[in-house]
Amino acid sequence: MKYRVRFGLRILILSSLLMFVAFASVPQAPKPDEDILIAGDAAGRRGGRLLASLRSDPKSLNPVTAVDVPSKQIIGLLFADLIHINPYTQHTEPALAKSWTMSSEGKHYTLELRRGIHFSDGHPFDADDVVFSFNVYQDEKVHSPQRDLLEVGGKSIQVRKSGPYQVDFDLPQPYAAAERLFDSVRILPRHLLERAYEERKISQVWGTSTAASEIAGLGPFRLKQYVPGQQIVLERNPYYWKADPSGTRLPYLDEIAFLIVPTEDAEVIRFQAGEIDVLSRIGADNYATLERYQRARDYQLYDSGPGLEYNFLFFNLNDLSSRQLPAVSRKQEWFRRVEFRQAVSAAIDRESIVRLVYQGRATPLWDQVTPGNKLWINASIAQPARSLAKASAVLRSAGFTRRADGVLVDAHGQVVEFSILTNPSNAQRTKIATIIQDDLTQLGMQVHVVPLEFHAVMGRIFDTYDYEAAVLGLESGDADPNPEINVWTSGGATHVWALSETHPSTEWQAEIDHLMQAQTAILDYRKRKQAYDRVQELIAQFDPVICLVSPHVLVGGKNTIGGLKPAVMGDYVLWNADQLFWSRNVAGKR
Amino acid sequence: MIRNRKLWLSGFALVLVHLLVVCARFFAPYDPNEQHRDFPLAPPVRVHFSDSRGRFHLRPFVCPWLVDGQQAGSQGYRDDCGQASPIRFFVRSATMREGDIRKATWHLFGVDAPAQVFLLGTDDYGRDLFSRLFYGGQTSLGAGLLAAGLSLSLGLLLGCMAGYLGSWVDDVIMRGAELFMALPWIYLLFAVRAFLPLHLGARQAFLLLIGVIGVTGWARPSRLIRGVILSTKERGYVLAALGFGASSVSIVRRHILPEVSSVALTQAALLVPQYILAEVTFSFLGLGVGEPEPSWGNMLASLQTYSILEGHWWMFASGLALVPIFLLFYSFADSLQAHFQIFDVSSEAARQRFS
Repeated sequence: MKYRVRFGLRILILSSLLMFVAFASVPQAPKPDEDILIAGDAAGRRGGRLLASLRSDPKSLNPVTAVDVPSKQIIGLLFADLIHINPYTQHTEPALAKSWTMSSEGKHYTLELRRGIHFSDGHPFDADDVVFSFNVYQDEKVHSPQRDLLEVGGKSIQVRKSGPYQVDFDLPQPYAAAERLFDSVRILPRHLLERAYEERKISQVWGTSTAASEIAGLGPFRLKQYVPGQQIVLERNPYYWKADPSGTRLPYLDEIAFLIVPTEDAEVIRFQAGEIDVLSRIGADNYATLERYQRARDYQLYDSGPGLEYNFLFFNLNDLSSRQLPAVSRKQEWFRRVEFRQAVSAAIDRESIVRLVYQGRATPLWDQVTPGNKLWINASIAQPARSLAKASAVLRSAGFTRRADGVLVDAHGQVVEFSILTNPSNAQRTKIATIIQDDLTQLGMQVHVVPLEFHAVMGRIFDTYDYEAAVLGLESGDADPNPEINVWTSGGATHVWALSETHPSTEWQAEIDHLMQAQTAILDYRKRKQAYDRVQELIAQFDPVICLVSPHVLVGGKNTIGGLKPAVMGDYVLWNADQLFWSRNVAGKR
Repeated sequence: MIRNRKLWLSGFALVLVHLLVVCARFFAPYDPNEQHRDFPLAPPVRVHFSDSRGRFHLRPFVCPWLVDGQQAGSQGYRDDCGQASPIRFFVRSATMREGDIRKATWHLFGVDAPAQVFLLGTDDYGRDLFSRLFYGGQTSLGAGLLAAGLSLSLGLLLGCMAGYLGSWVDDVIMRGAELFMALPWIYLLFAVRAFLPLHLGARQAFLLLIGVIGVTGWARPSRLIRGVILSTKERGYVLAALGFGASSVSIVRRHILPEVSSVALTQAALLVPQYILAEVTFSFLGLGVGEPEPSWGNMLASLQTYSILEGHWWMFASGLALVPIFLLFYSFADSLQAHFQIFDVSSEAARQRFS
């Protein structure tokens, strides 16, 4: 009898212990005191492991210092921000801040934070973490790349805690779309990093050799294992602050494993073989190859249309008076003529580039805003078809003539000859340059395509200015015009065609400078759009860069993945990794 | 006699191949750089002798390619035999485009527009591969011949000096040869290319390539020739001539050069295919003749992309063309060796040196 009682007691202790363990590691349904965000529209299935790929090893898992694409991709899944730009809708939406208010003059923001939520190690989150994170990012000594992004008009933003779950932000001047500044500013766990920050070691923490248990964030996943050169495995964050409409805590997936696959071709082959479940951004030629086998295999390809990337040809318009580059300086006489650039633009066969380089999966461009940017495109920009006759006429009006042998010469009888730089690591860009070369040959220009290694190309464009023309592509991280200021205003860090230009050297450049600066302080979307529309008109008219095409965002995924909604910006496939699920029971296989 | 027949056959075939390539303008139906932008990656055209009703035609005809769907290249082509177009021989045609002036020339064959005759299909820019094969051969075979000529003349000069003069001259030249053989020349070319100005026209790039291949390649032939000279120098008749008071010049001219020339000729036949391959390798890596000028190497370069490698077999054309040409060169070298009865000269030379 005695024995039985004891046995019963033992079972009771054991079962309560088991329950405790279960509760401690996996909070099941959201608790009532948690400010949970209800996300998604469909109820998915829990479980399973998704295999994705990275082109190279992440260099760091520290959101404060990471700059390379693979690191940022992983960090995006481990950490969360206050206000998030939804890559699919391109609008902002609440994240760790459940609501915010802006003062009438647009300088003061108050953010209300989610209550009762926890970091992935179970530690509670509050306003102190937010203030700490902003202090770290804005600290000059930390040298975080985020610091520049958090400056408005050259001054930093003041951050103040006004309650345990309330933070005030004071901007030095009104700033359009200020809530977009909060995107990608990952909130750090103060309880783990405060000591490192005080010891000024914050930029050294969380390298790739850090134990998984030492890293905690507010993102949908947490680090499980990292094998350099092979794979990085993330597991579900049991404390994540989103749930689906039926009350299931997100994310659905148990794990995401990123295999390190160094080239696109290798990625495509492994995807074809079923070794990878999702493919993030592939070229049109590989898309066409995969498309041929789409029916036989168990995958789906998505053409999401043009992204935010724009490819363009530009001429060296830098001031070279202080540099020993007489040959380039002489040719700048042509490059500086608006007519010359307009003729080149008119002679380029953009449709052929779309067809030959991208197999039709790209959109021709005449200015920098792509049709993928739904909020900011200026639909009234003219899209003239290719016309050699018009190009020749414009060149004639600018004093260029053709010799008897067909070669184009300028007013001094100089043969019009120049080279276009490309990097062969980007096969598409080299192909674009080769097509342009053939197009311009028909105007009598002697054009050479010079493929150089990527760093050599960048060195010539950004440091030595020793080049004549180049084909390059830029991709903005956001649809908003603000990140583009660097490209279009004189003195900007990526004002590629004239980096030496600190003050506008032409009237139209002065107007662009003025409009780009003015729009940052306009709070009304329609008025801002008017300003940016005019910038697009000026660029299409004066061709400081000759915009060519915007490639479509092409991605792929297994048929059985539910919730896949490829976007044209951000992490194209895994931006909603917390809502992806396996629609059939394939979890057992993995 | 049989040996001789093999020599003549392979020699004749080689001359023929080079003649074909030299007359590329006549044999190629199109300009090698003309982009037929409506037909990227079109498969080789089918040449028909019998029509849909099974009637035989003496004059072959082709059916124009129709692009299936909107996306050329990815969707594929089908031929439309409703508009068959006969192949015409000895046509005088000019590949004239809007605003582009090109001279009219005679071509072996051609078809009337709008039909196209892409015997080996087109590349990703819609350029006719058959025409590019001929023009590209000018670059690749030319580079092989010229680079072999250069390195052999250098090798002959330095090998003669080392072998005949001996002592410290021999030491300096042979240590130099070892140094050259140890040079990582692909990296050397990368380095040379990085220092050169951006504008490197097709001709300059071609000459640079020949220069680098030829100059770095002198070491092997010079060692071989030195060996031959060392062995010849000790032969009885040379020693006898010396004893009779013959001068150095007459010994070299009468006794040594005839011995060396056969070795040099055989060596040349072996070097040419090696250097063709070197040119192809460099152009494949983008270090040789740049686009759009064709070379067999840069024609293969687009095979670096998986999608082309996977679905467009005709892009291998220039690689396949190398195989019979290499076989011809090797069989030519083989029969030359047999003809001159050179039996492993280098080992004989070595034996004599160490005995």
